[in-house]
Amino acid sequence: MNHLQLIIKREYLNKVRNKSFIIMTFLSPIIMVLIFTLVAYLSQLNNEAVNTINILDESGLFTNYFKDSESVNYTTLENITLNKAKLATETSEVYGLLYIPKTPVLDDLSESITFYSEDSPSTSMMRSIENKIEGRVNVLKLEESGIDAKQIEELRINIDAKIETFEGKKTSKLGAGLKLIFGGIAGYLLFMFIIIYGNMIMRSVIEEKTSRIIEIIISSVKPIKLLLGKIFGTTLAGVTQFAVWIVIMLLLSTAISFIFGIDPSAIQSQQQELFGDASNTQQVITDVFIEINNLPISNLIIMFIFFFIGGYLFYSSLYAAIGAAVDNETDTQQFMLPILMPLILGIYVGFFTVMDNPHGIVSQVFSYIPLTSPVVMLMRIPFGVPLWQQILSLVILFATFMGTVWFASKIYRVGILMYGKKASYREIIKWLKY
Amino acid sequence: MNNLLVTNNVSKSFGSFKALNNLSIEVPKGSVFGLLGPNGAGKTTLIRIINQITIPDSGSILLDGNPLHPNDIKNIGYLPEERGLYKSMKVGEQVMYLAQLKGLSKTEAKERLNYWFDRLGIDGWWNKKIQELSKGMAQKIQFVVTVLHQPKLLIFDEPFSGFDPINANLIKDEILRLKEEGATVIFSTHRMESVEEMCDHIALIDKSNKILDGKLIDIKRAYKSNTFKVGIAPNNPDTIHAILKEKFDAIPICFKSINNEKQYKIKLPESSSINDLVTYLTSIGQLSHFEELIPSVSDIFIETIQNN
Repeated sequence: MNHLQLIIKREYLNKVRNKSFIIMTFLSPIIMVLIFTLVAYLSQLNNEAVNTINILDESGLFTNYFKDSESVNYTTLENITLNKAKLATETSEVYGLLYIPKTPVLDDLSESITFYSEDSPSTSMMRSIENKIEGRVNVLKLEESGIDAKQIEELRINIDAKIETFEGKKTSKLGAGLKLIFGGIAGYLLFMFIIIYGNMIMRSVIEEKTSRIIEIIISSVKPIKLLLGKIFGTTLAGVTQFAVWIVIMLLLSTAISFIFGIDPSAIQSQQQELFGDASNTQQVITDVFIEINNLPISNLIIMFIFFFIGGYLFYSSLYAAIGAAVDNETDTQQFMLPILMPLILGIYVGFFTVMDNPHGIVSQVFSYIPLTSPVVMLMRIPFGVPLWQQILSLVILFATFMGTVWFASKIYRVGILMYGKKASYREIIKWLKY
Repeated sequence: MNNLLVTNNVSKSFGSFKALNNLSIEVPKGSVFGLLGPNGAGKTTLIRIINQITIPDSGSILLDGNPLHPNDIKNIGYLPEERGLYKSMKVGEQVMYLAQLKGLSKTEAKERLNYWFDRLGIDGWWNKKIQELSKGMAQKIQFVVTVLHQPKLLIFDEPFSGFDPINANLIKDEILRLKEEGATVIFSTHRMESVEEMCDHIALIDKSNKILDGKLIDIKRAYKSNTFKVGIAPNNPDTIHAILKEKFDAIPICFKSINNEKQYKIKLPESSSINDLVTYLTSIGQLSHFEELIPSVSDIFIETIQNN
């Protein structure tokens, strides 16, 4: 076995056998699933409560207009003054009172409708009540001006422009959103992976220094091999952990939804309710599948793998460089922020610039800079990027990775001769000259 | 080729600080070579250059007649002064790993490891973690790591620190045995008595320069001052002092003895021989002690450094 393999094997086994690593591998997904279950359960509990609302309609315009829904029952109060109605509502179990006064002009209604309750009602409930009143008032106003509301409804036209490339590939606005979501997920995954395992790589690079075995190791192997071995070994351990997490989470959530009958999608339906009705959900889902089919799937998947690996390795090498420069973990703080900043920048550029103009000069430039290219290029690819551009960006990314490891190994070699001397940026620049 | 390791005019600077200045040493094959010098003289820098941890600014290093090559790591065993092992790794796995890094195959490493563990009486440690061992125990493991791949050149930096006298002796005997088996040993220490015991050659480094090197015997010869320690029961106790003072450069001293005698340190002038002195002394009394004063390594060390 050559050195690199030996080092990777040791690093991997060392990480995987570590007690806290094992505990976290099995504990994290359990905690995650438990939290999700709890949230799903709580939102279900929340939904199950049915509120009753009293309506005092002095205008008489809304008679029989409010229909009971899943979460709200309406009771109409009649021939009673506002004060008495308020008192009656307050003393009973009823949630609140909606008061619609009689106004001489319809327009005045907008200012004078009041909702009384013990505590402030949820925004979703208020919005649904407001929508209902608005709809009714609009119809009334149209009638007032002698226009037939039904006619208007019939005359309304929805424009849905089709977007098509010259090659005949059809896309739509929904597709653009989908592409963005894909890029966002890729960026977020990369971000998470780097934050979780980057630190691990850094600590593993410091390990030789804190255990003082460094001189024995460095008189046996070249620093660059040591660092590469550490990066690959730790990455493999990370991938293992991630795979275990996903398997456990899938198993657990299936088991839980079987046992308790809790539907994790309850959270989603809750959100949909907030954002408006989902009457045409079926249609949207079909559209989404059509759009997914339209994406350059194989290109995306292959490039996702390459850019994910490249981006992860490149950021790992930066963490390794920090580990190489310092003597112990407490010295690493000052270097952490500058590493995460470009990654965050990449995600922002991706979301704002790429969405605006996927092939503009800014998007192009950022999809070549290795610090941001893994995120930005992945966001651009669904919009169609020539293969040579993708490959060029990858080459730059991997070349920079190797360059950084070389740079880190140089710092590492010099750093050990300067035991105890703190690594500042100035010191590091000096070391490069040795 | 009689020298295993030769350094030619090796220089190394860290920034404006010159750690080594045109240093040349020759380490003969099969010798124990003492690398001596005060703290900060440049010993560790030289050792690191030999181990290819650092690259010299100028000068060349020959191992067995050939320029030092990255593959030579398997020909060198290095026990650094800065001791450490992976704390959470098991002893057996750790030594196997380090041996394989030095180029041993798995089976070879295992075989030799069993031999050494048996030899040092540490068989039962295979599955222990380093953090469960005492400092001395961990040192033994490190010694095994250093010698396991049977290198031509062994470099020990303060090998006895942290050992109790029994284990220090055990390690000393092992080093001497390795030398008998053909290994060459470079030995850096501040313990002059172990240099005295073990080294054939020494080099003394001070302030980045070599100020003395050669065979220990030759150096001692060069540094001896023709001085003798004498114990004598004089025929005439009252006049002996004056007589000796008049004839030689003699100073009364005190050393442990079972005889009732006068004790002197006498420096002989270049012109007269030892026989003359002994003949004269026997003529004026009963000679009970006669010993040439040979300078110790410690004396030479202090004298040379102070004069530098």
